[in-house]
Amino acid sequence: MLDTFAKLLCEHARVRPDRPAMRHKDLGIWHTWTWREMAETIRAYAAGLRDLGLERGATVAVIGENRPAMYWTILAAQWLGAIPVPVYADAVADEMAYVLGHAEVGFAVVQDQEQVDKLLAIQDQVPKLRVVLYDEPRGLRDYDHSRLHAVSGIIEKGRTLLASDPAVAAAIDAERDRGNGDDISIILYTSGTTGRSKGVLLSAGRSIAAARDTVAFDKLTDRDEVLAYLPLAWVGDHYLNYAQSLVSGFCVACPESRETVETNLQEIGPTFYFAPPRVFEALLTRVTIRMEDAGALKRRMFDYFIGLARRWGEKILDGDKVPLTARLGYGLGNLLVYAPLKNVLGFSRIRVAYTAGEAIGPDLFSFYRSLGINLKQLYGQTEAFLYVTAHPDGHIRVGTVGLATPNVDIRITEEGEVLYRSPGQFIGYYKDEERTAETVTPEGYVRTGDAGFFDEDGHLTIIDRAKDVGRLRSGAMFAPKYIENKLKFFPNIKEAVAFGQDSDFVTCMLNIDLTAVGNWAERNNIPYASYQELAQRPEVYAICAGHVAEVNRALAAEPRMAAAQIRRFLILHKELDADDGEMTRTQKVRRGFIAERYKPLVDALYNGAEAADISTEVTFEDGRKGVISARVKITDAATVETGRLEVAA
Amino acid sequence: MSGPKDAVGETMGETLLAVDGVSLGFGGVKAITDVSFDIRKGEIRAIIGPNGAGKTSMLNVINGFYHPQQGRITYKGQTRSRMRPYQAASQGIARTFQNVALFRGMSTLDNIMVGRTLRMHRGLFWQMLRFGPAMREEIDHRRHVEDIIDFLQIEAIRKTPVGKLPYGLQKRVELGRALAMEPELLLLDEPMAGMNMEEKEDMCRYILDLNRHFGTTIALIEHDIGVVMDLSDRVVVLEYGHKIADGTPEEVKADPKVIDAYLGVGH
Repeated sequence: MLDTFAKLLCEHARVRPDRPAMRHKDLGIWHTWTWREMAETIRAYAAGLRDLGLERGATVAVIGENRPAMYWTILAAQWLGAIPVPVYADAVADEMAYVLGHAEVGFAVVQDQEQVDKLLAIQDQVPKLRVVLYDEPRGLRDYDHSRLHAVSGIIEKGRTLLASDPAVAAAIDAERDRGNGDDISIILYTSGTTGRSKGVLLSAGRSIAAARDTVAFDKLTDRDEVLAYLPLAWVGDHYLNYAQSLVSGFCVACPESRETVETNLQEIGPTFYFAPPRVFEALLTRVTIRMEDAGALKRRMFDYFIGLARRWGEKILDGDKVPLTARLGYGLGNLLVYAPLKNVLGFSRIRVAYTAGEAIGPDLFSFYRSLGINLKQLYGQTEAFLYVTAHPDGHIRVGTVGLATPNVDIRITEEGEVLYRSPGQFIGYYKDEERTAETVTPEGYVRTGDAGFFDEDGHLTIIDRAKDVGRLRSGAMFAPKYIENKLKFFPNIKEAVAFGQDSDFVTCMLNIDLTAVGNWAERNNIPYASYQELAQRPEVYAICAGHVAEVNRALAAEPRMAAAQIRRFLILHKELDADDGEMTRTQKVRRGFIAERYKPLVDALYNGAEAADISTEVTFEDGRKGVISARVKITDAATVETGRLEVAA
Repeated sequence: MSGPKDAVGETMGETLLAVDGVSLGFGGVKAITDVSFDIRKGEIRAIIGPNGAGKTSMLNVINGFYHPQQGRITYKGQTRSRMRPYQAASQGIARTFQNVALFRGMSTLDNIMVGRTLRMHRGLFWQMLRFGPAMREEIDHRRHVEDIIDFLQIEAIRKTPVGKLPYGLQKRVELGRALAMEPELLLLDEPMAGMNMEEKEDMCRYILDLNRHFGTTIALIEHDIGVVMDLSDRVVVLEYGHKIADGTPEEVKADPKVIDAYLGVGH
């Protein structure tokens, strides 16, 4: 039974010994390990670790970037039945001390001197830590080596032991065979937004079962290849790269360093790729800027063919019926623009790409899809061992996170919270019965804390954190973040704050994006002296009214959201700022605080006034305070009622 | 487990270079007057002083660019009054410049590769072929250059033309080129000039790592006194071409003549 990762490793070494298992760029050259070589190395590493005293059930901290030694540590520990605990390499010492102390690690395998220093600083708080292994020796020569070892040295030691003593070899193989699917295979600590992080216990059998399902879902084989650049301690890396590689036998390439990921992406040309929306956004911005610097001919060619791709590309990707002329034009565009562009981005060979984590703008999403990149959304959690839903190939619906993945059972409570049962579902939180009981229902479903709904085709839409979803006075659902996100997808709108809790209708305040709108104003000869002046121009109100109307159209198309259309809006006279307490340091709007601070404006939004006066205290960058007074205009927005477009009174 | 042992002084050995009664003038201007000091194997030796004290001239004398009118320089036991720059280079003295002096249109990799020129032995004929001994030699050199790129953590800019790089990185590339010569004595002319705090800290780490792990002897000129005091084993202080102090950072810091030179008399 192939129910542990170590057994899977040995199976690959038997079935596809000469296929590449892992690559790493070092000193400018890509080095490759085949499955046979990797299995041999990890067997030796396991022997070396056992010699150091690592035992079944003990925990091992793994702290570093995506390097072969880090993945090998996870595998070698699992081989022995020990439990790897990957930790974010950029965690501050205090956070690291908590995780290492909570997990009671006796062993830590770290990347370099920086991490060794961090461990030295917190060693009093991690009393059980007795052995530290490092990957890169640089800077560590003068350290006390009584408890410090090089990973390469331990692997060598293991090799020698295996070669010289048949008893050791037999014991190592027996340890691997003793492992079974019920073993805890890893503890992943989730970065809790509130309170201390929780250790999510995952079992080998469930992890492998979950990975088998998605490997089949996306038809991954040993011909596929990924570039591993996501944080090692994040479920995304452990699932998408580690677990899927060991199930399907594809090759994991480790970048040369964190700064070279883009270049390495181009060199490897992965076939499976994951990135959060902001990466896709940054790439598109860079492409756009470069194209603006290009010559007139190239620019026109680019604009023409991107327009063509926007019109037909997604249809072609989804296999819909497309006129022959469009197909020919797209083919030419591929030759001249799309293929070279994808090559520069390192996306030439991508078969499956995913994004997740935050909402992705429909424009951004369809830009990549129109180039022929099979970009999809997934929704998942550490507790689920990743997948809860995903878009199947050819069934993409922008704005949703897709259908339930195979063998995942989703239920939505009356309050709108999403619950699931999944094949990879966690065993519990480490040493935290109480929070486990809070999260798992008696029927065995896991609470996500997210509110969502299914559309008629079974696509799930995630609205917001369940506790943030409110109600209008009529009882209709009011999800402020959902509405705000839709507004913020427009480049002209920088921030949005929606109000409506216990009110008759929804209103909102907007911040325009000074760069985007300012650029537009310059091109249209609209003079302005300041943000305040530009924000109050009737032309700018007209633009925003158009955006709000479009959002309302989108909301009206969703039965649950139709009542939450924006009736009235205003453009704030100043930009929301963390220094004034209007936003958090992570750039999230503080709705309650804003409602209080701008009470006259909120009142005016609801009492039908056409303008309101406001004066607010602001803090300048040097700490001085001043007062901004302004008269802010308020406008009604076009809403959709019973299928007709009309202007609300 | 414990932190690094203090390695200062452990690696210091015999005299690598001795400057003996050196004087240098340009016409009527006396740049250096009767200066003597020595640099020992494995140490970090700083030369400091106010503007115009003759620090860079001193460095130029050491690597043979200027020829002193009086005095002798003994390097690795050989005494000579004149040493030409190419002799200095071939005997293991490398340097970096106060103002970055790189080939701006060439990549980082190629710039550092230039530093290997002295160690390439095959002639033009072999170098023109893409096979044979020159190719094997080039692979060896590339391997060495890659070690330097790894050491200085500049993998991400390997193929970038240096003209496009920020100043701090250019300085690092220049250090890389000097290292490519595998020098015994490395002369650094204001390695941290114009850098921000973070870049300075990085540079300090590279200099210390170089000294500790490769045993490279380093002579450096620097304006940032804080950096000098933390980094160096011994310090020479020049003022108007004269040596006014010589010793460990603590000794030099306490020397009244040095305080006068830096803060002015009557402070």
